[in-house]
Amino acid sequence: MGTRKTPVTLRKENMNFSLSLTASGSGSGSTTISSDGSPPLDRPPVLVLLSLSDAWSSALSAKFTIIPPSSPLSTSTRAVLISGSVNRVDSTLLDQYPSLRCVVTTSAGVNTINLEECRRRGVLVANVGETYSNDVADYAVGLLIDAFRRLTMSDRYLRNGLWVSRGDYPLGSKLGGKRVGIVGLGSIGSAIAKRLEAFGCKISYFSRKPKPTANYKYVPNIIDLATKSDVLVVSCSLTKETHHIINKQVLQALGKEGIIINIGRGAHIDEPELVRSLVQGEIKGVGLDVFENEPNVPKEMFEMENVVLTPHQAVFTPEALSDVIQICIANFEAFFAENRPGTTGTTTGTDYCISRRTQEGDQGRCAESYQTLKPADDLV
Amino acid sequence: MESLGVLLTYPQFPYLEQELLRRGCHLLRLYDSPKNDQFTFLHANASSIRAVIGDTHVGADAAMIDVLPDLEIVASFSVGLDKVDLVKCKERGIRVTNTPDVLTDDVADLAIGLAIAVLRKIPAADRFVRSSAWKKGGYPLTTKFSGKKVGILGLGRIGLAIAKQAEAFNCPISYNSRSEKPHPNYKYYPTPLDLASNCEVLVVSCALTNETRLIVNRAIIDALGPQGVLINIGRGPHVDEAELVSALVEGRLGGAGLDVFENEPNVPEEFFWLDNVVMTPHVGSDTVETSKAMADLVIANLEAHVMGRPLLTPVL
Repeated sequence: MGTRKTPVTLRKENMNFSLSLTASGSGSGSTTISSDGSPPLDRPPVLVLLSLSDAWSSALSAKFTIIPPSSPLSTSTRAVLISGSVNRVDSTLLDQYPSLRCVVTTSAGVNTINLEECRRRGVLVANVGETYSNDVADYAVGLLIDAFRRLTMSDRYLRNGLWVSRGDYPLGSKLGGKRVGIVGLGSIGSAIAKRLEAFGCKISYFSRKPKPTANYKYVPNIIDLATKSDVLVVSCSLTKETHHIINKQVLQALGKEGIIINIGRGAHIDEPELVRSLVQGEIKGVGLDVFENEPNVPKEMFEMENVVLTPHQAVFTPEALSDVIQICIANFEAFFAENRPGTTGTTTGTDYCISRRTQEGDQGRCAESYQTLKPADDLV
Repeated sequence: MESLGVLLTYPQFPYLEQELLRRGCHLLRLYDSPKNDQFTFLHANASSIRAVIGDTHVGADAAMIDVLPDLEIVASFSVGLDKVDLVKCKERGIRVTNTPDVLTDDVADLAIGLAIAVLRKIPAADRFVRSSAWKKGGYPLTTKFSGKKVGILGLGRIGLAIAKQAEAFNCPISYNSRSEKPHPNYKYYPTPLDLASNCEVLVVSCALTNETRLIVNRAIIDALGPQGVLINIGRGPHVDEAELVSALVEGRLGGAGLDVFENEPNVPEEFFWLDNVVMTPHVGSDTVETSKAMADLVIANLEAHVMGRPLLTPVL
């Protein structure tokens, strides 16, 4: 953890290592293709359409035969591993690999997957469910506490020797009793709400529809939410509807004492308008993990005391990345267990599936079987 | 409270001064005199001073109390009383009050905020972005906070509030205290060393007394280890600061979130080069809302004293 000892674990950069395969497959196990050209039964083939880190390749190839897109076996492979940020799953892709019956994505978001088309073709889709949610929620809460209590700013004040020369740092703002407006009460939004409740915050939310199982106040209109909130937390997925959902009107409604925390996507906020509001003192402060044009950040922000800026970090813990590998493997295992070669399988693909962990906890255990749940709405 | 002579030992939240003046108090400001003239100032004004408002910077020590024969009450603008000579006050029959409860949540919020900031390296990431380093490459992975084993040294009001918040992050809670508390969900360890050996984030939240001075020593730091994180929202003297510095510099401790230091406002310079250390300048209860609530409580205690009514939050 310290600067002297960099942990030798996954780095994001590792994800860009290119996959190197031999004809006998990858990894340390014996994944020899048998004489009729088919992979061994105990290591079902999985088409992989993204570059894998070492950790990924060794975990995946221990149980599956990794099939690259260039392989002649790619068109007869029934399961594929993709990443939402790298691959689009649409008719073109499904035509290209016509044997696909199962798409497993390493992402939580499914906006680059044509779910209707998958449904029509009987292709199951599994994402990573809530695997990332705790880390993103932690980060959102960390940014929120930072914005209210000025952790980063006072740490900087101290490091610049100003505690000695200038005296005590100006007062911050108490969390308890503050009205938090969550934009998008999906898995991440719910995890954020659960945490902030413990700090005595009052939670309301805006989403396309009210969530019947949520105990928080639903506000059907984002301007109303902004008007009635001390802080807005953006935690919805990015769609056409949510592009620039935080715009000039919302910023005005939030007002001079308002704070915004964004762990969604940069494009959720009209960034130039946000910068202008900050420069004019029309909102109190922000904590931003995402920006419209990463890694570029509006340079005006570098001079600001009341902003916390982080480089799209919320999701990136070694624990989450390791959990994602486990849950994707569990999804594949569940698919192959129910869909052995020569059987018609028990799934019809009329709904897409989200795998859920059967046990809470930091390491958790991956789902032993997946469940069919209600589609898309639950993800936002 | 008309014409009550009140000594302020340190510059306070302006609201407090305004309210005291509004009630007709006669305010004497110790900090207006340079340090070596302060005793002269006290001698000169001794007969006027019936109340002292101290805080975490300057309290009421034996030397000060000895010089103030008419002192009746010390109303501390803090919950910690390590800067008030309680033995002397008891001898002299001087009443002492503090400001518990109103600041509990703020301090707990800060403890959790520091823990997330250290583990996820938020201030370091902010420095990374501001230096334009992001254009050249990503920031390294940072370890998850949710689910980390949190160990609390001192399960008083603040410790309990920290436990409740950490539970919302699915953190298993353990603690060490002078005695076991009736909280079956939290695991009790009989010694600080046992606690440090069995947790990943150790939070110091006990009062500073002779027993707890240097409670976080080399053995505790070693038990926490290279993946462990220390959070101190207690007092600087709880921790052997020199040992802490060398452990962090040498990578024997994973990180630290510190709101208090041995010799405030001075902070070990070695910390300035470390991304796994987050420091705040003793801001535990420094919010507008809580400062006002603390000021109201100080004033209410003084008023009660003057009117002969029971004090609201007496310690003596």
